[in-house]
Amino acid sequence: MAEANNTNERPVSRRNFLKNSGLVLGGLVVGGVAGSLLRRPETPAQPAAPPPATDYNQALMFFTPEQFKVVDAACERIFPEDELGPGAKALGAAYFIDHQLAGDWGFNAREYMQAPFYPGEITQGYQGRLKRREIFDIGIQEMNNYSNSTHGKRFYELPPEQQDAVLKAFETDEVKLTTISASTFFNLLRASTIEGVYADPLYGGNKNMDGWKMKNFPGNQMTYTQLIDKPEFVKMAPLSLRDHQH
Amino acid sequence: MAKKLPKVDVVIVGVGWGGGIIASELTKQGLTVVGLERGKERKTEDYFMVHDELRYALRYELMQDLSKETITFRSKMNVRALPMRSYGSFLLGTGLGGAGVHWNGQTFRFLPYDFEIRSKTIERYGAKKIPEGMTIQDWGITYDQLEPYFDKFEKMAGIAGEENPLGGKRSSPYPIPPMRTTPSMQLFADAAKKKNLHPYILPSANLSQAYTNPDGVARAACQYCGFCERFGCEYGAKADPVVTVIPVAKKTGKFEIRTHSHVRRILHTGNKATGVLYTDVTTGEEFEQPADIVVMTSYVFNNTRILLMSKLGKPYDPATGKGVIGKNYAYQVMRGGAVGFFDDREFNNYAGAGSLGMCLDDYNGDNFDHSDLKFIHGANISVTQTGYRPIGTNKVPPGTPSWGKEFKAASIKYTNRFISVGAQGASMPFRQHFLDLDPTYKDAFGDPLIRITYDFVDQDRELAAFCADKCAEIVKEMGANEKLEINRKLGPYDITPYQSTHNTGGVIMGASPDTSAVNNYLQMWDAENVFVVGASSFAHNSGYNPTGTMGALSYRAAEGILKYRKSGGGMLV
Repeated sequence: MAEANNTNERPVSRRNFLKNSGLVLGGLVVGGVAGSLLRRPETPAQPAAPPPATDYNQALMFFTPEQFKVVDAACERIFPEDELGPGAKALGAAYFIDHQLAGDWGFNAREYMQAPFYPGEITQGYQGRLKRREIFDIGIQEMNNYSNSTHGKRFYELPPEQQDAVLKAFETDEVKLTTISASTFFNLLRASTIEGVYADPLYGGNKNMDGWKMKNFPGNQMTYTQLIDKPEFVKMAPLSLRDHQH
Repeated sequence: MAKKLPKVDVVIVGVGWGGGIIASELTKQGLTVVGLERGKERKTEDYFMVHDELRYALRYELMQDLSKETITFRSKMNVRALPMRSYGSFLLGTGLGGAGVHWNGQTFRFLPYDFEIRSKTIERYGAKKIPEGMTIQDWGITYDQLEPYFDKFEKMAGIAGEENPLGGKRSSPYPIPPMRTTPSMQLFADAAKKKNLHPYILPSANLSQAYTNPDGVARAACQYCGFCERFGCEYGAKADPVVTVIPVAKKTGKFEIRTHSHVRRILHTGNKATGVLYTDVTTGEEFEQPADIVVMTSYVFNNTRILLMSKLGKPYDPATGKGVIGKNYAYQVMRGGAVGFFDDREFNNYAGAGSLGMCLDDYNGDNFDHSDLKFIHGANISVTQTGYRPIGTNKVPPGTPSWGKEFKAASIKYTNRFISVGAQGASMPFRQHFLDLDPTYKDAFGDPLIRITYDFVDQDRELAAFCADKCAEIVKEMGANEKLEINRKLGPYDITPYQSTHNTGGVIMGASPDTSAVNNYLQMWDAENVFVVGASSFAHNSGYNPTGTMGALSYRAAEGILKYRKSGGGMLV
């Protein structure tokens, strides 16, 4: 297993990369041949990292504090902390979900939400009139209700094994809900947890790119021409979209 | 009342691959062309922040806004069609460059068998081989007739590749050498050769090296960055209309692009179109754009929908099998693959390019004997390395839970330790599979949505099971763990999981106006000055990505339009 020798490099800004590499972005030739003259960017030593700053992004746009506690606890069970590294909680997945629900995605803004609404076959996809933020409102409430009725506590007050049992009951539709199916909510929760773990940190999850680091995903790299046909696995420190913003 | 604009030679509806190719070829010959594009302008600089999996791959940044327009779907005629409310099975492009921006760039030529599928199937196996209801027909053109146009498309786009040992004859080699070979591609090639199969490097529209095409367009080489399908290319290395044909058309000074211009009707009197009616979506204002020639260059669904709404051509009637607009809708069978897990080695799965891969056609088309098989045609089988991104890729061995500690450990362990060998199964048309206008659901203008009636049939199930076994044999030979994921079983067609944006048919080409909507120049039999360009013209779908064939047919249509213009009218065939 080889380490790519770029861990001490200054993050490569896109502008510099394009300048250094002489890449031409399509269009008509004015004269000469378009270059793909890739050169490695300059690599001065990186200054020592400053102490961690307050994360002003970790505040709620949509959830109530009570809702947040339920989601934060549920995300952690879906993607728990273990010997490999942080879980969804430390990665900020619940903040990610909160921020997503506050915007277009929570309102299903780019989806067809016109009436009439009819129940369809499973193969016809989601046909409900509820938007994602409404599904979360209902699902969170029902998780607490179910936890209370089966274990006498709110979801986030339960020990991990009982939290898993509640999630399992939702996943398998053992819990019967009237407006949505429990598994519809569970699947949405699971999918958005994974997004919160692995989306670019700009969205509030995947804190410090620690999700990517666990998975050896290098994030936002300009090029892999140096390794694409090499037999050995190459690990490298990830870069985020923030590294393009200067 | 629509505002009437000055007449132009040609109006094209949708500026993607089809529209871009038509515009460049026609303006080079001095015609004035107006391109109406419902979406926004796009350029390479838009992709400054493109390495964003959430925004582009999960939130569909480049795709059609479904709140304004979608499709409806039902499995059969006695089921109520319901709208596709969110994305799943396929992804509809929009904006300048259309779906040609978010594609992977895998650029094949359909096989000689495809263009004469009915004749050749009967010739080899007898008419009984074609089951009741399967409406395959010859395309009204042969591979040899289409070959020069394939060549032209490949040189324009800069296709990197090596000759397919089992493909049609080529007049010249690919313009640039193939993409580089990754370890997983090499394993596939070695395994395939051991089985006496014929692997070759997948033909790619991601440039393997800097390239200047015959139009003088220069583009830089692919960087294998791993953000290709569903993304735009920040380098212009992936051929798309915006970095190839559109600038050529614009340079002539004869091409005017109007973005945010949503075409709703083709206007016509008798058997000739007079222009199109469109809405400026930024103001709501309606315009009539008169033109001598109307070219439909939208995606499959809107090519069909606009013809039906304009009452141009005879709508297909599944009860009688008569009529043509909406006929022979086909899709693809993407089930039928196998996934291997490797405990003893890791692959750089995060790196890749949209059309980086190794493939073979031993089980595609009629390259193998179907005498004892309950299906016709087949699939291109491949391993691709398109760049596995962390949200979308969480492959775990069969039996692993889908969340929790075990899932986390397995998904992290195997993210760089799995290889998927897949089959891109051909899709045959059937009498009961078609497109028409939905009676209930409307778009943002109050126009009916297009309705898809489609399901998988026994032909597809047999094909999927056959291909899955072949893929499993290869991935085993590649050295995978004992425990494979083998996807043999094909259920009903489900619109929710992503499968393939290779929808075809609806305005099919052919030799006769009784059975097809357009001739082999894609000229409408029922309206001589209307050309309908796109995969809507495919009479069935092959076991390949469609863009190469669609691009070749676009060049053929451009030639037809110029001929038509020169001769002053009449049918070209």
